[in-house]
Amino acid sequence: MKKNIAGTEIDVNEEGYLTDMSQWNEQIAAAIAVEEGIGALVDGHMKVVRYLREQQAKGAALTIRSMGKSGVVTTKELYDLFPGGPLKKSSKIAGIPKPVGCI
Amino acid sequence: MSKHLLILGGGTAGTMMANHLRRRLPASEWRMTVVDRSEKHLYQPGFLFLPFGIYDESQIVRQTRDFIPRDVEFVQAEVNQITPQDHAVTLKDGRELRYDVLIVATGCRTAPEETEGMLGPKWRVNVHDFYTLDGAKALREKLKSFSGGRVVVHINEMPIKCPVAPLEFTFLADTFFRERGIRDKVTLTYVTPLSGAFTKPKASKKLGHLLGDKGIELVTDFVAERVDQENDKLVCFDGRKVPYDLLVTTPTNMGDEAVRRSALGDDLDFIPTHKHTLQSLQHPDVFIIGDATNVPASKAGSVAHFESETLADNVIRHIQGEPLKEEFDGHSNCFIESGNGKALLIDFNYEYEPHEGNFPFAFGPMKLLKESRLNHLGKLAFRHVYWNVLLKAWPLPGISRQKKKPLNA
Repeated sequence: MKKNIAGTEIDVNEEGYLTDMSQWNEQIAAAIAVEEGIGALVDGHMKVVRYLREQQAKGAALTIRSMGKSGVVTTKELYDLFPGGPLKKSSKIAGIPKPVGCI
Repeated sequence: MSKHLLILGGGTAGTMMANHLRRRLPASEWRMTVVDRSEKHLYQPGFLFLPFGIYDESQIVRQTRDFIPRDVEFVQAEVNQITPQDHAVTLKDGRELRYDVLIVATGCRTAPEETEGMLGPKWRVNVHDFYTLDGAKALREKLKSFSGGRVVVHINEMPIKCPVAPLEFTFLADTFFRERGIRDKVTLTYVTPLSGAFTKPKASKKLGHLLGDKGIELVTDFVAERVDQENDKLVCFDGRKVPYDLLVTTPTNMGDEAVRRSALGDDLDFIPTHKHTLQSLQHPDVFIIGDATNVPASKAGSVAHFESETLADNVIRHIQGEPLKEEFDGHSNCFIESGNGKALLIDFNYEYEPHEGNFPFAFGPMKLLKESRLNHLGKLAFRHVYWNVLLKAWPLPGISRQKKKPLNA
């Protein structure tokens, strides 16, 4: 489905996650962050977002552990930056798919 | 001189590969060896039932050797290191094995030591697991005398093998406590690092009601910083605490330690693998199958089964110098126990999420993504299919290696 985010028509799934990560830009990230209750994105958020996009582009599995070990951000900081759901919210803002189980 | 195909791991995937390839590689040209640390083959899906006394140990343990073909040598030993540049594998007892083609089927293990406090003095006193035979047996003893309290079923982090098993355990526990007449004295809580018990839209829509119906509390987006055994609490990085009287945890899953010693894995010791051919991304004579890979498919026996059919073809192609089939599509299917003698059946792959429909199983039509008694019976019957058909790498009638496209997709 289509959704207008930051003045652009974007392809998203039923939960609002981008289905094509190439449609992403920083204005879209900022708009999703507001929708998710994160507010204005600061450097710390953007470091996480860029890391997630790099890993996704490489096809690597995204885990809280790999992020903690990457030196980008500790797990505690991740919760501070994205309260309530660090992985799902950061993924949505980064324009990549939601981390899921098999059902 | 004959060539050597070496398989590390005699579990589900390694045993299937030994059977597939012994039939297809002439014994005069190819020697084959399977290495495993254990002489026992465990039917791991049985670990889910064992704590509730539905299965006993004798039904889920067999001799590894009995499932490996006669013309394949079985070496019981611990792998020390793989050195692909030398086409060599060293064993802990000092032996060195050379190979022409290597299949790594070393699976994954639980790593409770990865979480602070998990292995404290109350490990297997009121902090339990069921992903190992010893863990499942200890939990069975615990449940026998459990008279009530807060039961917390927990997933530490993804990926885990058999990803739905903790949820199935929760459903079976609900039935177990009800049948023992103590359900009103038990609270059941399911704690997950994901955003829900069901994370894919179709499953969530169809099955989301199950937890509420059974009075199961759900705690989501919870990444455990530590287990506070002194106060019997699970502590999240954001400060949330979940108290328990009995914690049934699923520890972090990691690949075999030999993978780390060989520096062949990612940060969880899973080996970078081509997700459609199952060839190592670094070493062309090395193939990886089952739980040991890093492919984004479920870590499950059905996945290993579908992979084995593609991998058998690809090993033959590789030996003959032909291009590999980019065929494996992440196909997975499994029965999911939903309690009360019922189960669900799901079928999915890299591309399609679990959906509704009919499943073309040989012994009668089963409904996908729907609770039924027949699916539960299918899950119980599957143990016989596993020992007699699956491990021997005979095809399962009507079930193709690639997923059939859903009707409404």
